[in-house]
Amino acid sequence: MPPASPDDSVSAPVIRTAAPQAQPPIGEIKIRAKDVNVFYGDKQALFDVNIDIAAKSVTAFIGPSGCGKSTFLRCINRMNDTIPTAKVSGSIEIDGNDVNLKSVDPVVLRSRVGMVFQKPNPFPKTIFENVAYGPRIHGLATGKAELEAIVESSLKKAGLWNEVADRLHQPGTGLSGGQQQRLVIARAIAVGPEVILMDEPCSALDPIATAKIEELIDELRSQFCIVIVTHSMAQAARVSQRTAFFHLGKLVEAGTTEEMFTNPRDTRTQDYITGRFG
Amino acid sequence: MLTWLSLLFLALFSSAAFMLGKRRAVARAGGGKRVLHSLPGYYGSYAALWAGVPAALLLLMAAMFGGQVEDAMLQAQRPAAVQALEIDRQDVFFSDARAIAQGAAPSEIAYEGELKAALDVKVAEARRISALIRYSVLGLAAVLALAGFLLAFPRLSTDFRARNKVEGWVGGLLMACSIAAVLTTLGIVLSLVWESWRFFQSVSPLSFLLGTEWSPQIAMRSDQVAAEGAFGAVPLFAGTFLIMLIAMAVAAPVGLYSAIYLSEYANRPVRATIKPLLEILAGVPTVVYGFFAALTVGPLFRAGFNSLGAQLVGGPLDGIGQYLMQVQNQMALVAGVVMGIMLIPFVSSLSDDIINAVPQSLRDGSYAMGATKSETVKKVVLPAALPGIMAAMLLAVSRAVGETMIVTMAAGLQAKLTANPLDTVTTVTVQIVTLLTGDQEFDSPKTLAAFGLGLTLFVVTLGLNIIALRIVQKYREQYD
Repeated sequence: MPPASPDDSVSAPVIRTAAPQAQPPIGEIKIRAKDVNVFYGDKQALFDVNIDIAAKSVTAFIGPSGCGKSTFLRCINRMNDTIPTAKVSGSIEIDGNDVNLKSVDPVVLRSRVGMVFQKPNPFPKTIFENVAYGPRIHGLATGKAELEAIVESSLKKAGLWNEVADRLHQPGTGLSGGQQQRLVIARAIAVGPEVILMDEPCSALDPIATAKIEELIDELRSQFCIVIVTHSMAQAARVSQRTAFFHLGKLVEAGTTEEMFTNPRDTRTQDYITGRFG
Repeated sequence: MLTWLSLLFLALFSSAAFMLGKRRAVARAGGGKRVLHSLPGYYGSYAALWAGVPAALLLLMAAMFGGQVEDAMLQAQRPAAVQALEIDRQDVFFSDARAIAQGAAPSEIAYEGELKAALDVKVAEARRISALIRYSVLGLAAVLALAGFLLAFPRLSTDFRARNKVEGWVGGLLMACSIAAVLTTLGIVLSLVWESWRFFQSVSPLSFLLGTEWSPQIAMRSDQVAAEGAFGAVPLFAGTFLIMLIAMAVAAPVGLYSAIYLSEYANRPVRATIKPLLEILAGVPTVVYGFFAALTVGPLFRAGFNSLGAQLVGGPLDGIGQYLMQVQNQMALVAGVVMGIMLIPFVSSLSDDIINAVPQSLRDGSYAMGATKSETVKKVVLPAALPGIMAAMLLAVSRAVGETMIVTMAAGLQAKLTANPLDTVTTVTVQIVTLLTGDQEFDSPKTLAAFGLGLTLFVVTLGLNIIALRIVQKYREQYD
């Protein structure tokens, strides 16, 4: 099924629809998705998604539950490969290279595209070992000193260093929820990714921890391309420069966050943002 | 028969109490549905419980211990003629008296003269005592049932908290069940300790625990005093340990790897086929494994070692070759390997459940870091599952230590202190079986040695379990 096209708006004049292809220009493009369709078994979860995602900025995916925003996020680092029934078509290019090609090793891809999940999932290891996990499996450090340096800088970037410097060798699971989530972000940073995907990273956190994560996301934007799925419109407005609205498996509209929230082109976007459904 | 009949009556009475209690509660409520504190059924149940349970308990106690009370009362006075008999014969005399009184078949001993007269007296006494106990118990049960009912019935008013009381009874019942298990365990341990104490009176604990020679058969002969060194348990425990090690060397890697394959690598149809197949292995009786070991694996291993030996003979390893030529069917290796095979499904099934319980979010986290499947399994899934896997391994160890049948059939009965897996060894459990099979008297060191072995084995496995729990707890504290 094609996405909402201008023809639809003619046949149903009451509804304003925006063609997703007609996105306002964005500087440097990091990720470009073309005609992405995803099936879970017989059920189609995503319909012809086309979107450009800017480098060195935060892009928020918003939309009601089950609209496919997490599914699309998981396409970018091919996490859907771990689900046996999932089938992905179309192309997703990162720096012009299609990640869906057979020749692309998802293991290599995922070292370039980090991911943070909804629930903090530190490994049952010490704080140090959690952050050192990625560098170790990818052989990024040649010696102990280098590994320690990577761990320290990652924890610093994640804003967690001051809180855990004196207990690096205690279990990561002993931290608070917000700290765990920042630990997981540090873990993702440690392998030096170019893109960080965040799947509702604050939904299990209290407001104070959420504020810290949002602050962190804002700081990280200067170095990484960040894509964040969120249920909170306010969060999308606070942290992102660009926003994409998904509805029923389709990308309805994408653009700068400011424009999306002040002057949405599609009535569905407007209804969702103003809280009339979703 | 009488007990069953009276229990039936009691059940009827209790049901009647239920109906009456319920009716009284409803009548008190006077049609108002929310006037009663509890549902009417609870009021009925409360009356029924008080009417039925105490009396039922009394009847059951009487059924269980009435015979012993009867015995004690009957034997309180022993006629002179009876006292002249040996202790064993006295017991026979009294059991005959009871048998005749109950109309059962007595022993074939003919009683004459004074004894005959004493027997007749005792038979009459046994009848009297038996009737006395029976009717007094019945009477008492009836009184208890009535008293219980009369106690409970007047309490039933609209604001009586019947539900809470009935739930209290249910809680008591549940507690009684759990206490029963604890008491049984306690009883087993106490009987072990008691019999072992008797054993250690004739054999010193030191020579039992540290002695290296085990030959209980010598001590059994009545013309010989139990030789001091004959009850050295070290070879048995060494044999048990050796076979356990071999079994775990087979079961631990194979079981764990198959669990990892099943839970992480196998796709759904493969898993759905292999898992039940593996679990069928767990359902094979150990005696079947035993003759599989003795008749198939043993000769196979022997043939293999013998032909290997034949190749070595005459070469630089001549000595080893000569030895291998003489290897027999029965050896620790065969028993250990077959026991290991028996334990594979046990280990893999438990480990598979434990690995599956590791949250998917941890795997996702690892994959998202760019970890491969094997890195994820090695570095994230297995460490997270380790406490559970260790518990599974220790359960397997305790099964290996307690296993009897395979070792009896495949490892021989000869107690040897050896670390050579090609030699015959014997284990603690096998010796317990051989000591106690057949008609035995429970007063010779030979049979009592079984209790000594059992107690030591119990202490060893208990110690193992405690250590295992400690390790698991420590690990949990670190990572939960």
